[in-house]
Amino acid sequence: MNIIEIKDLVKIYDSTEIEVTAVNHINLNFEKGEFSAVVGPSGSGKTTFLNLLGGLDRPTAGHIMIDGIDLWSLKPRQITDFRLHNIGFVFQSYNLLPVLTAKENVEFIMHLQGWPKEAREKRAVELLESVGLGDRINSRPGKLSGGQQQRVAVARALASKPKFILADEPTANLDSHSTENLLDIMEKLNREEGITFIFSTHDARVVKKAHRVITLEDGKVLSDEKK
Amino acid sequence: MNITVIAWRNIWRNKRRTLITTASIFFGVIFAAVMSSMQEGSYSKMIDNVVKFYSGYLQIQQEDYWENKTINNTFVLTDTLLQKIHQSKEITGLSPRLESFALASSDQLTKGAVVIGIDPEQENKITNPEKWIIRGRYIHHGDEGVVMGNELAGYLHLDVGDTLVLLGMGYHGVNAAGKYPVTGIFKYPLPQFNKAFVYMDMPLAQDLYSAPGRVTSLVLMVKDHYHMPPAKKALKSFIRSPYRLMSWDEMQPELVQMIASDRMGGKIMKAILYIIIAFGILGTVIMMFSERKRELGVMVSIGMQKTLLAGILFMETFYIGLLGVATGILATIPITTWFYHHPIHVAGQAAKAFLDMGIEPVYAFSLMPSVFSNQAITVFILILIIAVYPVVKTFRLDVSKALRA
Repeated sequence: MNIIEIKDLVKIYDSTEIEVTAVNHINLNFEKGEFSAVVGPSGSGKTTFLNLLGGLDRPTAGHIMIDGIDLWSLKPRQITDFRLHNIGFVFQSYNLLPVLTAKENVEFIMHLQGWPKEAREKRAVELLESVGLGDRINSRPGKLSGGQQQRVAVARALASKPKFILADEPTANLDSHSTENLLDIMEKLNREEGITFIFSTHDARVVKKAHRVITLEDGKVLSDEKK
Repeated sequence: MNITVIAWRNIWRNKRRTLITTASIFFGVIFAAVMSSMQEGSYSKMIDNVVKFYSGYLQIQQEDYWENKTINNTFVLTDTLLQKIHQSKEITGLSPRLESFALASSDQLTKGAVVIGIDPEQENKITNPEKWIIRGRYIHHGDEGVVMGNELAGYLHLDVGDTLVLLGMGYHGVNAAGKYPVTGIFKYPLPQFNKAFVYMDMPLAQDLYSAPGRVTSLVLMVKDHYHMPPAKKALKSFIRSPYRLMSWDEMQPELVQMIASDRMGGKIMKAILYIIIAFGILGTVIMMFSERKRELGVMVSIGMQKTLLAGILFMETFYIGLLGVATGILATIPITTWFYHHPIHVAGQAAKAFLDMGIEPVYAFSLMPSVFSNQAITVFILILIIAVYPVVKTFRLDVSKALRA
């Protein structure tokens, strides 16, 4: 069953000097429970594609249907709210809130969703334990390694019980050990809990683990392979 | 973990910057509050000088007396009028006066003097002349003697027990002349009183000026100058022609003008100070926004509404202002309290300048709540204006660009 349907998606950056087509008539579908990687060289449009999919950037043309809802037909406030309840994000640079502890970072999104205090504390601890950080719940990001921070970011992305998680080059800043560790965790969450992951990456280790590899070049889908 | 907690933690991410910004508000508030306290305290002192040494808060006069201060523009103080005044709750004291000019003489010397007939007991409750007696004693009902200023007495080479001769013009042009023993010499803090004033019992003055039962004014007191306007309003309902009701500010327009212009000068100084502080806060707020653009983009991307994010940024600005104001006011209270109880006494030429203006040479301080609350209100208004910047920038935030910042 498709949870994401992308129809003729186009994104043109219109600078004063030159017009750049970052995403060029992409048509793709994603099913629930996919573990997909979007790959391609720098400038191929991976990040732009993920930003469009996550409702962070407005497409020039085309539609993104998520569970039957045309994402870009919504008003800005509704899009933000849609992201809160349906999409999890993992960023290349972790992007945790530095003034909050690991537990508070995970809780934060549930706080925005209006969860009661006890329930969100319980889930935050459970999620952090599931990514192997049960002993670091009260540490602030500055006291955690890059790999640990990215695992907190994964826990945060999972906290809102999203329909899918978008991960923009999640391993780019990690060493090989942390990368392996993170990929194992995400693969386990995908396998055991059916969480849908869509990565943008050019890390061969991520591509190796992915069940589907979509290759972009100059904003177009060059190939779409399922393993 | 609500937005107030996040905002509070955010301001301490760069402790040094927050402390420097807070310190600029702190010192600004101290300076502005101490300056306001000194201004307001000195104004109150000036008003007190005028009111409690001489004019009272209100006076009832014959309607032409203020323009033409002659003994002919006097009025008879009736029981009906006194009864009505006594019914006014705001009035805390009253004292009749018969005041006129006369030549004061002794042997070969003569000098112009202000002769004031008073009710010794009632006048004592209002302007308390007895407090300033330095030799001899104060006058009582039925006394045939006078008390006079030390400088006038010195000029005339008179002292307690000597005789003062007064010569002037009485009611309707009648000759006014009399010899009076000096029972006491007073010394007020204001030299113009000491150079000219002679007090005597009311019947004695009425006899001197051939104006039995007549007075030039009825001096009225209220609790403080805040109670003057309602008292004036209440009295105006029945003080009509041939009487006239005058308040201290109408009798002292120069003082009112001087206070107004001085207050304006202070406001300009404080405005300049607060503008400088405001730019300091704005600089901090701009930096706090710019260096966290990506983080703000992340917050919106994970689902935080921009209104809530703007709320956090507003709270951060508010906390910086609150810290500066709260610590500034806390530091100001002991300073102003100390100076309230230990006013600064001016000496030398500066003191002379004060005295020439009829003002006690003292820098008094005020502990009026508005001295402190005005600083808090000013900083809060500045914060509201400054907070427009992060709030507007938040609503204009392009999330995808912010994530690349």
